[in-house]
Amino acid sequence: MQQLLLGLSIGSIYALFAIGFTLVFGVLDRLNLAHPSVFAVSAFIGIELVEVAGLSIWLTLPIVAAVGGVLGVVIERVAFRPLKNRPDAHFAGLISSIALAGMFIALLQWRYGPNTRRFPAESFPTTTYSILGAQVTVLQVAILLISVLLMVALTLLVARSRLGRGMRAIAENPTAAKVLGINVDRVTVTTFAISSALGAVAGALFAMNVNSAQLGMGTAIELKGLAVIIVGGMGSLPGALVGGLLLGLAEVFAVQYVGSSWRDLVAFGLLFLILLVRPQGLFGARKVREV
Amino acid sequence: MRTSLFTMSAAAGALALTLTACGSDGGSDGSNAALVGEGSGDSCVIDAEVPVGAALSLTGAAASYGESQRNGLELAAKELNAKDGVTYDLTVEDDQTDPKQGISVFEGFVNDGASVIIGPTLSNTAFQAQPIAQEESVPVLAISNTADGITEQGDYIFRDSLTESQVIPQTVTTAIEEYDLEDVVVMYSNDDAFTESGYEVMSSALEDSDTEVTDTLTFSTTDTDFRALLTEAKTSNPDAIFVSGLIEAAIPLVTQARELGIDVPIIGGNGFNNPQLMADAGDAAEGVVVGAAWNSASDNPQNADFLEAYEKEYDSQPDQFAAQAYTGMMLIDTAVRSGCSAERDAIKEGLGSISEVESVLGTISINDDRDAEHEAVVQVVKDGEFTVLK
Repeated sequence: MQQLLLGLSIGSIYALFAIGFTLVFGVLDRLNLAHPSVFAVSAFIGIELVEVAGLSIWLTLPIVAAVGGVLGVVIERVAFRPLKNRPDAHFAGLISSIALAGMFIALLQWRYGPNTRRFPAESFPTTTYSILGAQVTVLQVAILLISVLLMVALTLLVARSRLGRGMRAIAENPTAAKVLGINVDRVTVTTFAISSALGAVAGALFAMNVNSAQLGMGTAIELKGLAVIIVGGMGSLPGALVGGLLLGLAEVFAVQYVGSSWRDLVAFGLLFLILLVRPQGLFGARKVREV
Repeated sequence: MRTSLFTMSAAAGALALTLTACGSDGGSDGSNAALVGEGSGDSCVIDAEVPVGAALSLTGAAASYGESQRNGLELAAKELNAKDGVTYDLTVEDDQTDPKQGISVFEGFVNDGASVIIGPTLSNTAFQAQPIAQEESVPVLAISNTADGITEQGDYIFRDSLTESQVIPQTVTTAIEEYDLEDVVVMYSNDDAFTESGYEVMSSALEDSDTEVTDTLTFSTTDTDFRALLTEAKTSNPDAIFVSGLIEAAIPLVTQARELGIDVPIIGGNGFNNPQLMADAGDAAEGVVVGAAWNSASDNPQNADFLEAYEKEYDSQPDQFAAQAYTGMMLIDTAVRSGCSAERDAIKEGLGSISEVESVLGTISINDDRDAEHEAVVQVVKDGEFTVLK
């Protein structure tokens, strides 16, 4: 029971991180490898807001999301837009986003030094509930709720809003979308902003959850995020949700039933297995090549 | 245009060659007369500045240790240079917590004529980089490597940091006695040479006792979420949890253990030995037991002066890494002054003959294996501070 709750809580953070990741990929067909650095930057900024400005967690999270949004705009403007008309735009963007991520982390180290940081102890209620013999903190429940809420909101946004229609049109065919009068540049930059805002919230929640923020925290979750979006089906939002939860659960149950040394082997092995059975991912549509 | 570019690069190449040549006759053959002084001990006077290179992890996973070490070295160099006779030209380079980078930093120091090299921060990197200095007969003083086999790499390799096998058995025995431990769980990160070797010593010390290890759990150096592991550890209801991990893991691990209701003592290796533990884990750190090579509470005069000077210089408390780095620089000074020469072989001789020197770490000697010997201390966190256990 304890492990189940742990898996859900860590899995929901993986999912939140992966959903931002997969959004840009699904809509714009770009892999933004600066996303993991947003995860780290936002955690440090969140800590700064609570520690120095004395803001409450509830006020901090929306601000962190906003900062993430701004970072998303920066990423799009600096790493992707200047390269968009190149024939190798996918690959060039991938590399320039890695470069930008390196710069973000270097700035972070210049500002905060190499030490780990954390949210002040009193910034969050530490009340622990006992559910069927399992210990759950208010924080873990909050993380689960916030993650689910954001994911539902995003799904609705994509499915219902004008912006969402624009995104889907671009995902289908950017040139046609432009012909139809959709402002492709604006939708693109908004997609980056939303994506990074989600990554930022995930970063802050992760730092709260483990009581520690480190410069390398984005790198540690990067591979997991990629695995989740591939298993979920590239660009599929519900896929990223299910994939994230699945990975979280696989990790904790691997510890319990197989042994801690084998955790990553089991978790990633499971992902390979899923891809063997369902190469397009859990929720991905099989791509048909048009001639 | 093409011709002029070619000419320019040829000229630049020639210039670079000349510079390298200039740099390398500064002492790579170990015969720079200016490095030999007159007098002995306190009255020793050496005209040239003594070039000391330090390879530390200033960025990357071990950066928090590297920063402490740099502070310790720079403080010591400043104090030494304020004294008459010998001045040190300390160059600190970043090994980026990467063995490959460590090798090139070492090569740089060897070629630039460093009299002695300090570092690198992690044992991992040390195993790769130190042989470079050994081959060129440049003495190396390791100031934080605790893995076995570091000084076995060659007769030019020394260290002033106690090994895991010197500190951990004492920690284990003291903890078992003090808390009357019967069943324990061991956790360690198995992807790092330092924590792995810490685990091996820990595990053999536990084997030698009557205490039973009911479960051994592994994690990775980059992990921060330990709840699944701790929940697993909790199922066997241990009397204590032994952990070999770095400080980056220690803080979340300790906090999450307390949050899951694990109230038993947590006994850490050298990685836990950092004031950041109390600063960041807060109340959760209470009752954590750590073996250490440096007793921060020790009131020997060297230590008291060090604490005061460090606090004044950096406005924060030093940790063991800073203390060992500071001591390292002081030991080099002792070695240089003993023969009143900063030539490489003279420093090697000097370091090898260090015996019963009073230092921040206590009374320190270098033994025949070129390892440091001095008393270790077992500490427990009490009211937010390291205090001596027992």
